[in-house]
Amino acid sequence: MRRLRALWLRVRGMFASGRAEAEFSAELESHLAMNIEDGVRAGLSREEARRQALIRLGGMEQAKIAQRERCGLPVVEALGRDVAYGVRTLRKNPGFAIVSILVIAIGIGANAALFTVVRSVLLRPLPFADPDRLVMMYGHNPDDPDSRNVVAAGDFYEWQKASQGFEQMAIWRWSGYNLSGQKNELPEMVSAAYGSWNLFSMLGVQPVLGRSFDPNDDKAGASRTVILNWGLFKRRFNGDPAIVGKTIRLNSQTYTVVGVLPGWFTYPDPEVQLWTPYRLEENPQNIESHFNHMGHVIARLKPGVSREQATQQVSGVQHQLFLRYNNSGPVVAGVTSQPLVNEVVGEVKKPLYILMGAVGCLLLIACLNLSNLLVARAAARRKEIAIRTALGSSRARLCREQLTESLLICVAGGAVGLVLAVWATRWLTTRWVDMPRAEAVHPDGVVVAFAVGITLLTGILSGLLPALSATGRGVLSALQDASRTIGGSASRASLRKVLLTAEIALTVVLLVCAGLLFKSFVRLRSVDLGCRTDNVLTMKFFLRRPKYAQPEQIVAFHTGLLEKVRALPGVEGAGLTNVVPGDGYYGDTGIRFPEHPPLPPGVHQFAIYRTAGPGYFSAMGIPLVRGRVFTEDERGMTNDKHIVINQQFAREYFPNEDSIGKHVFVSWESDPGDAYEVIGIVGDTLYALDQPVKPMIWFPILSGNPVESVDAMLVVHSRGRDVTPLALPIQKLIAQMDPDLPVSRVLTMEQIVGESTANSSFSATLVLAFAGLSLLLAAVGLYGVLSYLVTQRTTEIGIRIALGARRTQLLQLVMLDGLRPAFVGLALGIAGSVGATQLIRSVLYATRPLDAVVYVSVIVTLLLAAAAACLVPAWRATRVNPIQALRAE
Amino acid sequence: MGNKADVWQGTLALMVLKTLETMGSLHGYGIARRIEQTSGDLLSLNYGTLYPALLKLEQEGYITSSWGASENNRRAKYYELTRAGKKQVKKEAADWEQTTAILARFLAPAEEA
Repeated sequence: MRRLRALWLRVRGMFASGRAEAEFSAELESHLAMNIEDGVRAGLSREEARRQALIRLGGMEQAKIAQRERCGLPVVEALGRDVAYGVRTLRKNPGFAIVSILVIAIGIGANAALFTVVRSVLLRPLPFADPDRLVMMYGHNPDDPDSRNVVAAGDFYEWQKASQGFEQMAIWRWSGYNLSGQKNELPEMVSAAYGSWNLFSMLGVQPVLGRSFDPNDDKAGASRTVILNWGLFKRRFNGDPAIVGKTIRLNSQTYTVVGVLPGWFTYPDPEVQLWTPYRLEENPQNIESHFNHMGHVIARLKPGVSREQATQQVSGVQHQLFLRYNNSGPVVAGVTSQPLVNEVVGEVKKPLYILMGAVGCLLLIACLNLSNLLVARAAARRKEIAIRTALGSSRARLCREQLTESLLICVAGGAVGLVLAVWATRWLTTRWVDMPRAEAVHPDGVVVAFAVGITLLTGILSGLLPALSATGRGVLSALQDASRTIGGSASRASLRKVLLTAEIALTVVLLVCAGLLFKSFVRLRSVDLGCRTDNVLTMKFFLRRPKYAQPEQIVAFHTGLLEKVRALPGVEGAGLTNVVPGDGYYGDTGIRFPEHPPLPPGVHQFAIYRTAGPGYFSAMGIPLVRGRVFTEDERGMTNDKHIVINQQFAREYFPNEDSIGKHVFVSWESDPGDAYEVIGIVGDTLYALDQPVKPMIWFPILSGNPVESVDAMLVVHSRGRDVTPLALPIQKLIAQMDPDLPVSRVLTMEQIVGESTANSSFSATLVLAFAGLSLLLAAVGLYGVLSYLVTQRTTEIGIRIALGARRTQLLQLVMLDGLRPAFVGLALGIAGSVGATQLIRSVLYATRPLDAVVYVSVIVTLLLAAAAACLVPAWRATRVNPIQALRAE
Repeated sequence: MGNKADVWQGTLALMVLKTLETMGSLHGYGIARRIEQTSGDLLSLNYGTLYPALLKLEQEGYITSSWGASENNRRAKYYELTRAGKKQVKKEAADWEQTTAILARFLAPAEEA
């Protein structure tokens, strides 16, 4: 307590005026005077008494210093003085201060923002109970070490029965419902998932309202139940707890709401709005099937069991199934697994780490730049520092002062950077399509601590080198070169060149990586999908039972819609499909060829599964290669055994024969399935931009087959004009035909393609921006060093001119001086890039890490920037007036 | 007294407090004289020793100071104990006595062993 009081008084003392000091002087004076008086009284002469008193009492000044130090806090005061001094020197050079603060702010802001994202997305464990024991299980083909297949429900139930290493195993699959209103609310298509009853309890998730599913819900024929996600509960049902126990309408059937999930639960995707029980919703054939792979399996390891061990055992079970069933259909031969967190984080890991690397480089470059500027400043203050050293200032004291200056810049930069980071984080998470757990990304204490940490580190890193170099031995020599020295501080200039070389090398690495990413993005973006992408509008809808239980009902809706849409003004073509090119894999189907010799048992053939109606291929601009496409004749389930295939299908499965008129067996749910006749071949289209062409097969959507035709995407083409104004009239048309039918994914083809390239465009643009910024910083650094050198060498240049040097020679001299670090940095940077680009290899599309075009353009860009930065100082050197230069010092 | 400074730091505060307890209110010079006399002139206090000790005691709240006039009508700063100071004298004196008592046992000839 007493100590604290004393400390407080001393803190206050720091701000006290000189009054206390005057008082203390008076007190000492009176002490002395009384001492002298006593001496006189004892019989000494006044002089003698004074002499003795002064000897006895010691130095008055020392006492005052001791008193002053005791009254305040000398350490803090010195720091305050350093800060005040730093602020003053920075204020004298506002340009320098603002530029360096901004540079550091961008560096720190970018790092803090990326760190926020990386921390929330990659580092923070999943919000589930004991997340380390949760694993994701996949079907696995031993021939392909990277293969990870979704799981057939039949396999899953066998695993569940036989597994020993897992406490529990749960399965879920994607789904969607038409959620229609009870009282005229708008219908809505909601993303949903079926989950086995134990899914939530296995994850350790408790519904916030109501209950979880129990085994009685998860049965075929059980009464229909649903669990709502928090978002849907809040949005559609106003967050009213009374909804639990009431019913809602999904696909025109009533479901009882049994629970509501907590808001933080966003697995597997924030878009999922509700959950239904697996066995209740999945059709019975799929549940038994070992051939229909659609399920995602999560399992919880028993404590102390390793993932490899447990997976191995399940894999053994699967191998038995493979041996038993593979002759009648496609069964995976093995099982593999990975920690759940890897699966959740999946695809963003690599790009995030690349961005993190890029911003790290950026900060390092900013650091080097600041360091460089500070070295220049220190050089300008050489004499001041020398004089202070001569007067007894310690090296530590001088270093501290310089460090304070760089720390001040960095703290200011860090503060601005943190604000930038908050804003940048929000921007990043909204721009990044499909970032997992994006809702959990926000800056918190740890992020602030990180920002403070890197701020201090930046300050010390960038301040230390200049401080040490400016105060080392030989400082005093500055006093000697008072006049007439030429090229005095060569060593300091060479330090700057070393810093500059490092900066340029880093910039080159960044530029090369950015160049490669950008090229990869451009390649991806310019990939020909194989169809029209401009002026095409799409919208998706599902015709659900029981309203569309009969094929006639489905066909009637489809034909009616197409007829009305085609009648709209501006519509050039319209058609129906299930999935347009570039919108994903969706699904495949097993096929066999009756006209071909039978395949060896266990070998299976597949094609990507699509549907199409009349007018689809022309509206989409997919060229017909041979034969014909669907007409209005392929209608109803009596005349639907016709298919259209793509060229890849013909190449792969009919290599040496004409495929038209041949038959393909498609096993839907039963063996041997139906024989379909090939009526036409169309051009290849890509299902995803960065994936190779696969065999594809189209079935007639107007068959009305309840399996194939309910899932529809309307495609509308409008020639030469914007197609988006058509969206609203078409949506109104659909609402007139069926007010309960929700429409989703109202998108243009450009948007669909853009969606799939958005992330690569995003990271390429960001890295490119960072690289551009680094280039600018490097150029500024180069310019600064060279300007400084020219000023230093003015006299020398003056002498050279006086002795007859030509201007071109001088230009050459200075340019070479500046370009040398650029060349060395370039060489080092290229060498570094060869290594660094191997790390980003896996995210590049159709671009080799050693792409000559990228390297050459980086070299040219860098040399141009370097030359531009050198030109001004060099030109200035040639303008030196020899008379003035010689007179200058 | 050899190297006096070490003993000083720890004990000066107590000497000052004890002096003020005996004498009531007193100025710096008076405190110094009193301590010197009490020590039989074995100690000599200069500015640099006395005043930091006084300041520290004042900052810790054991003594207060105010300006007054000396016997010779000279302006001087007078120090006196606060209530906390009076308690502190007792406590520190007791501590010191205990310490010296313990030390005395070590230094006394070991006869009863």
